[in-house]
Amino acid sequence: MDLNLDAPHSMGTTIIGVTYDGGVVLGADSRTSTGMYVANRASDKITQLTDNVYLCRSGSAADTQIISDYVRYFLDQHTIQLGQPATVKVAANLIRLLSYQNKNMLQAGMIVGGWDKYVGGQIYSVPLGGTILQQPFSIGGSGSSYLYGFMDQSWKEGMSKDEAEKLVVKAVSLAIARDGASGGVVRTVTINSEGVERKFYPGDSLPLWHEELASVNSLLDLLPEPMST
Amino acid sequence: MSKATVELPPKGGFNFDLCRRNDMLTKNGVHAPSFLKTGTTIVGLVFQDGVVLGADTRATEGPIVADKNCEKIHYMAPNIYCCGAGTAADTENVTDMISSQLLLHRYATGRESRVVTALTLLKTHLFGYQGHVSAALVLGGVDITGPHLHTIYPHGSTDTLPFATMGSGSLAAMAIFESKYREGLTFNLVYCAFVEIPQRDEGVKLVTEAICSGIFNDLGSGSNVDVCVITKGKVEYLRNHQKPNPRTYISSKGFSFLKGQTEVLSTKVTLLEKPQQEEGVDKMEE
Repeated sequence: MDLNLDAPHSMGTTIIGVTYDGGVVLGADSRTSTGMYVANRASDKITQLTDNVYLCRSGSAADTQIISDYVRYFLDQHTIQLGQPATVKVAANLIRLLSYQNKNMLQAGMIVGGWDKYVGGQIYSVPLGGTILQQPFSIGGSGSSYLYGFMDQSWKEGMSKDEAEKLVVKAVSLAIARDGASGGVVRTVTINSEGVERKFYPGDSLPLWHEELASVNSLLDLLPEPMST
Repeated sequence: MSKATVELPPKGGFNFDLCRRNDMLTKNGVHAPSFLKTGTTIVGLVFQDGVVLGADTRATEGPIVADKNCEKIHYMAPNIYCCGAGTAADTENVTDMISSQLLLHRYATGRESRVVTALTLLKTHLFGYQGHVSAALVLGGVDITGPHLHTIYPHGSTDTLPFATMGSGSLAAMAIFESKYREGLTFNLVYCAFVEIPQRDEGVKLVTEAICSGIFNDLGSGSNVDVCVITKGKVEYLRNHQKPNPRTYISSKGFSFLKGQTEVLSTKVTLLEKPQQEEGVDKMEE
């Protein structure tokens, strides 16, 4: 057994961004692994950049964390200089700039999503080489390979917020079921003119797909109640 | 990625050419001397109003136990401590350097250091060295915003968790945490009003158990358990909190042998001459 604990921390991931009528929904699983070991089973791969822009991270955890730290810093300055919130496009473009200029040093695939008063909800995908793509919906990470067909079929123009959220949770749970490097819980962030709403779906609340078994009599169920005082 | 793009020299940051050369030399059979590594179990856990950090005390150099009672819980600030795994020199130095920066920052701001400040300083430093500074850390402390626990990997990525383990014994220790950590440890609304001590003690007990799991089941970890409890305005550094591996090869009573137990085969007495006082040399006087 080679756990390869010295391997750099990477996020074998499923991330997704979907636009709907009035905003965007971002989704991600919560598994972070070093080689074969799950280093964090409840990580948050959807990080905040500004009040109205969030980022889904995949690839090297160290690289994407540093990128988001820098971009958050640049956007904070930009917001002060401008005197108004930064647009989603500006945020995505800063991500692209760092990704492209340091492409030799980085292993980072990201999806930027947010809402601004000029364009409304937008999804930008910034994959490995540092290019930028505006898309109505975007998927990323190792789990995305299992989702292309599904997303092509089920994403519809002009979905409601509820439909979009349901789609994102379904997509991530499907990828978790098939991709070994994705797992844990599903986290979503919904951004629209009203503001931001975060949601959390525990692993045992997700739908069961082909041949999956429900978690009954798990270790946690068998254990005695809280540690005695 | 095509080869041409990889060969491009980086525009900024450090130059890692020598690291690549060393890798090449190792591949061709030239081995550099090894570092003192702490094959380690380090853990941390958040409880009601503070954090508990724990570590074993074995330092290894390859298969040799280099130090049987070393310290792996490092001081960062009066309210922040940090457990280190990886190359001993790197963990020692990186924590010292950042601790110094935090002190200067406290002088400049006149405020208590925050755990996130330590976290950001550590992660930017480690990221800059692209994993060549091999320090895997568990950072814990209590600041104005409450108790915090983070893990930091050598490549500069960080996690924020209610309980964390690191080092070669992390799997053994995590098994204990995963099966015994309860949220009740953090939010006991019934008891927290007056029972602060048991919650602290439960945390210490669980951390000790996790470290012991590393000590007994991981070859890289061993000897004693160090614990550090940080609460608001108070730090308890419990050095050698538990000693599950006492020395067994020397009797606690000591040894006493009866006279004549060793046979005398021969005796020879040499008388020493009395040393002569040298004359004609002035003695040093005050």
